[in-house]
Amino acid sequence: MDKFTTHRGIAAPLRHSNVDTDQIIPAEYLKRITRTGYEDALFSAWRQDPDFVLNHPVYTNASILIAGPDFGTGSSREHAVWALSDYGFKVVVSSRFADIFRGNAGKGGLVTAEVEQSVVDRLWELLDQDPQTEVVVDLEAKQIRAGDIVADFVIDDYVRWRLLEGLDDIGITMQHADAITRFERDRPSILPTTA
Amino acid sequence: MVGMSKTLSEKVWDAHVVRSAEGEPDLLYIDLHLIHEVTSPQAFDGLRATGRGVRRPDLTLATEDHNVPTLDIDKPIADPISRAQVEALRTNCAEFGVPIRPLGDADQGIVHVVGPQLGLTQPGMTVVCGDSHTSTHGAFGALAFGIGTSEVEHVLATQTLPLKPFKTMAVNVEGHLPEGVTAKDLILAIIAQIGTGGGQGYVIEYRGPAIEALSMEQRMTICNMSIEAGARAGMIGPDETTFEYLRGKQRAPADFDAAVDYWRTLVTDADATFDKEVTIDAAGLSPYVTWGTNPGQGLPLRASVPAPEDFDDPAAQQAARKALDYMGLQAGTPLKEIPVDTVFLGSCTNGRIEDLRAAADILRGRKVADSVTMLVVPGSVKVRLQAQAEGLDTVFTRAGAQWRNAGCSMCLAMNPDKLRPQERSASTSNRNFEGRQGPGGRTHLVSPQVAAATAVAGHLAEPNDLPAPSELVEV
Ligand code: SF4
Repeated sequence: MDKFTTHRGIAAPLRHSNVDTDQIIPAEYLKRITRTGYEDALFSAWRQDPDFVLNHPVYTNASILIAGPDFGTGSSREHAVWALSDYGFKVVVSSRFADIFRGNAGKGGLVTAEVEQSVVDRLWELLDQDPQTEVVVDLEAKQIRAGDIVADFVIDDYVRWRLLEGLDDIGITMQHADAITRFERDRPSILPTTA
Repeated sequence: MVGMSKTLSEKVWDAHVVRSAEGEPDLLYIDLHLIHEVTSPQAFDGLRATGRGVRRPDLTLATEDHNVPTLDIDKPIADPISRAQVEALRTNCAEFGVPIRPLGDADQGIVHVVGPQLGLTQPGMTVVCGDSHTSTHGAFGALAFGIGTSEVEHVLATQTLPLKPFKTMAVNVEGHLPEGVTAKDLILAIIAQIGTGGGQGYVIEYRGPAIEALSMEQRMTICNMSIEAGARAGMIGPDETTFEYLRGKQRAPADFDAAVDYWRTLVTDADATFDKEVTIDAAGLSPYVTWGTNPGQGLPLRASVPAPEDFDDPAAQQAARKALDYMGLQAGTPLKEIPVDTVFLGSCTNGRIEDLRAAADILRGRKVADSVTMLVVPGSVKVRLQAQAEGLDTVFTRAGAQWRNAGCSMCLAMNPDKLRPQERSASTSNRNFEGRQGPGGRTHLVSPQVAAATAVAGHLAEPNDLPAPSELVEV
């Protein structure tokens, strides 16, 4: 995983609450066998509508999603995070995230920045006035800055540390490779192998 | 904490901690990682994307089970998605050097049948698989649990998992099961008692005289359905029955006696305490069946369909109302008067040789009712061959049942074996969720004995309800 320190980008306002994982990625895409390449699946039903925010040319390169409350509810599919990342999103901002989605996002390197709904409202307003406003998500300072908005956000400390270090769960475990090798040396020889 | 008394699961856990640190999950070593075609492709793809390899292919084994057809297995798989998943598994295993038992191999079969029959599952091991019914392997005194696809990738890459210890629960089964009452009836009764969420966060250890009296295959049936009680894992302390089952198995330890000496230490200490204890009386049980759409909605077969008002809890009332509606059942109908269209004998719960023998004993000299389709799907190729060597296939086909090839089949209907909408089955599998055996299908979970008797009677029945076989010919 790449280290995440400060991200600057275009933000897309998603004025919906309760965006469930079936909306983020419909079940039909779960039959695929790959771990990447889900950019076309993201919000695929909503994207049929020409007026959907991501179909607006200013937002095609958006990397920050500013969503309504209760983002990521419903089925636990990890594909929801993969689809957002594959599309190019690095950060989702919302006043409330579903627990499983937040956990999956942390594993997949997607930042979930939790802020007051008033901050979401102000960001939406700002983007209405100038969709090209650069939005800065500073993970070190746990702060979002855009125009004259400066707002703190909440994220789990352990997840934040991992993202700052650019470590996924496997990367963290691999830092303990020596301990694993030592453990393997002492494993009883009677244990079976599949080879 | 040297000298502290421990439960079996705590002993196994502690023996596998690679590293522990304050405020962090333990890093647990995994002795055996089983994989199948449905939950592994993204994990392998993740390895490729990050340039990682499989750390211990020699502790990993793949088999094809969830998608594979049970007819025409020599032809290419017809469904393109199933075929793609199976082909991806083969390519991934070849690329990463992981041993595989593909369709057509003598060791192919349901992942939870294959591991034990090879002798790969042994007491005191940690076993994982991207499948919730990995709990089956706990019957050997192994700590065995299902994991998600990211965790599959984690184990492939590191042979470890970061985990917080599970809570411990004892289910003490007092007395002995009456004649004709099986492990399946017992576990359905346990789930009905503790509820589908009763085991949440726990590893259950099943103990007591009724458990000790069970064969290994029956113990697997019990541990298999721990997940239906919400538990992460189920375990049974290893004993002579366990050792005898493992003796002579292909992957059993070469120095078997030394292994047995170690395995004997894998018991819960007399003064160890569990976070929760439940007691159930085996002697009072009779054959069980589910009437609803979760495995906790079960009753003795001699009872009647309950009414929503029979439940105190408003949520349970609501669930019952919904279940009765989906199942198309009237409160007050004797369960034994419910007609079925399909009988499914198989799955990792009840697709082993003893299950097939028990059903064949009932079908010998009898006929499956004209209104019923019965599928017999052995859990593995080995079970199928063993059954054929014993002539059980002839018993099944003479009775009018279909003799199929090994796989998960109608347990989850990912292959062509499915119920049609509103069709009703008596099934020896483990889940009666809405649509589990095909969209709109209605499932009653039962033991192999009840499945066979039901096939003959055309409605839910136990063996005692059947008239004596007309033509008791030896086959
Ligand atoms: S038989 Fe059913 S429960 Fe068992 S592994 Fe296959 S699909 Fe899962």
